[in-house]
Amino acid sequence: MKIPVTTIRLPTRPAREYESRFDREQSLLKMLAIPITSVAIASMITALPIFTEEPLLPPLGLLMFLSWRLMRPGLLPVWSGVPFGLMDDLFSGQPFGSAGLLWSLAMLFIEIIDARAIWRDHIQDWLIAAIVIAAVLLGGLWIAGMAHAAPGPAVLIPQIILSILLYPLAVRICARLDSWRLAT
Amino acid sequence: MAPPKHRRPGFSRKAQYGLFVTYVVAIAGTMVAALLLAISVADPAGFSALRAAGAEITAPVARVFSNVRRSTQNMNATVAAYINAGSQNAALQKQAEANRKKLIEAQALRVENARLRGLLKLSEDSESQVAVGRLISSTASSTRRVATLSIGRNFGVERAQPVRGPSGLIGRVIETGPTTARILLVTDAENLVPVMRVSDGLPAFSAGLGNGTVLIKPLNLGESPFKVGDIIVTSGNGGLYPPNIPFARVIKKTSDGALAIPYADPGNTPYAVVIRPYQGEARAAQQAVAPDGETKEVAE
Repeated sequence: MKIPVTTIRLPTRPAREYESRFDREQSLLKMLAIPITSVAIASMITALPIFTEEPLLPPLGLLMFLSWRLMRPGLLPVWSGVPFGLMDDLFSGQPFGSAGLLWSLAMLFIEIIDARAIWRDHIQDWLIAAIVIAAVLLGGLWIAGMAHAAPGPAVLIPQIILSILLYPLAVRICARLDSWRLAT
Repeated sequence: MAPPKHRRPGFSRKAQYGLFVTYVVAIAGTMVAALLLAISVADPAGFSALRAAGAEITAPVARVFSNVRRSTQNMNATVAAYINAGSQNAALQKQAEANRKKLIEAQALRVENARLRGLLKLSEDSESQVAVGRLISSTASSTRRVATLSIGRNFGVERAQPVRGPSGLIGRVIETGPTTARILLVTDAENLVPVMRVSDGLPAFSAGLGNGTVLIKPLNLGESPFKVGDIIVTSGNGGLYPPNIPFARVIKKTSDGALAIPYADPGNTPYAVVIRPYQGEARAAQQAVAPDGETKEVAE
């Protein structure tokens, strides 16, 4: 009797219900795409129908970017502030290139700190993030003021405070995403 | 956290050069970004195509969320209407009685107005609308007050067209994409609107403060003539915004003007009407001789 090919290829024992628990590789796509996508989506949040009378919505793209940088040093290259910043500029309404410049300067600033303060804890990272957020927001206002008429810096105070308070949440989200990113 | 290993590349020349190159690229990238920024500061409309592309990409999601938001608001209003039905009915009847008298007066005034206009042979191009859309997003995290409109060039929206809502002036179109347009709100510090006080036509200018209020500055010098509660409408000067669009209500008197809150709240406006620039032909003729941003000597 002729046996069809398909039956020959079927395993004789039942299929394994589990995969090997060791020597598995992380998905390279996931490792690369998750940080990039999370920052991009956070930058695009401002395109949702959120209307505020004054600048109040925290710069979520910047928060996400800083969290990745401070939580996982070495993951984002030093030059990554430029492409991420330029993408943020497309949605933020600032003059094009403003976040590209400011985020890149922030990256270089954190790189310098990395060489000085080597062992840091979460609170110190938060302090660094607070300085960078305030500097980037004020710098953004200054740049917007060069291109157009702009309001005084006092209008930014609620946004700066809110952003600094939201940084730990951004780090939590990053940590969850990171464990998903590195899961095998 | 411990410093990552890449900072000490060891004896490998390749790793050392690789590390060095990332710094070179970072600094070069910073300079490129600074250059792009300089270009966009010199020519604010320069990268509008890129921004329009960004708005087009996110517009579908924004439209969906905008619909969800609107239907939730409608639902809340419907439920509240059921609960308040009895008391509201009584109050509305009283109000309707009061309004009837005013309506008759207004009708008489309208007839009289038309007769007087006919006597004066006044003809003005009436406010003509281009298209009706919705505001689907705003730059909530930037100091610029710019909103995105759900329609663009596909409905004939062009630059420098005024946009109004049912309750008042919203702003003007500054950039257009294929299916979206960006609107500079009246609360942006760059948006100057010629206005007047509705009671006596006192001419003034309005400038946004970037925090939801506008500063009303009268043209004449001296002490601020405004009172809290004064109603401000557009005056039609300059030929861009049509006159008599409700604009703002004065909430505080300052030494040289007044603070006012615009009537149109971009977060709570059901639709936005794009209208033709007031005295469009006159403005087009003026633009043909001396375009905006290019002041040149006009020869006789």
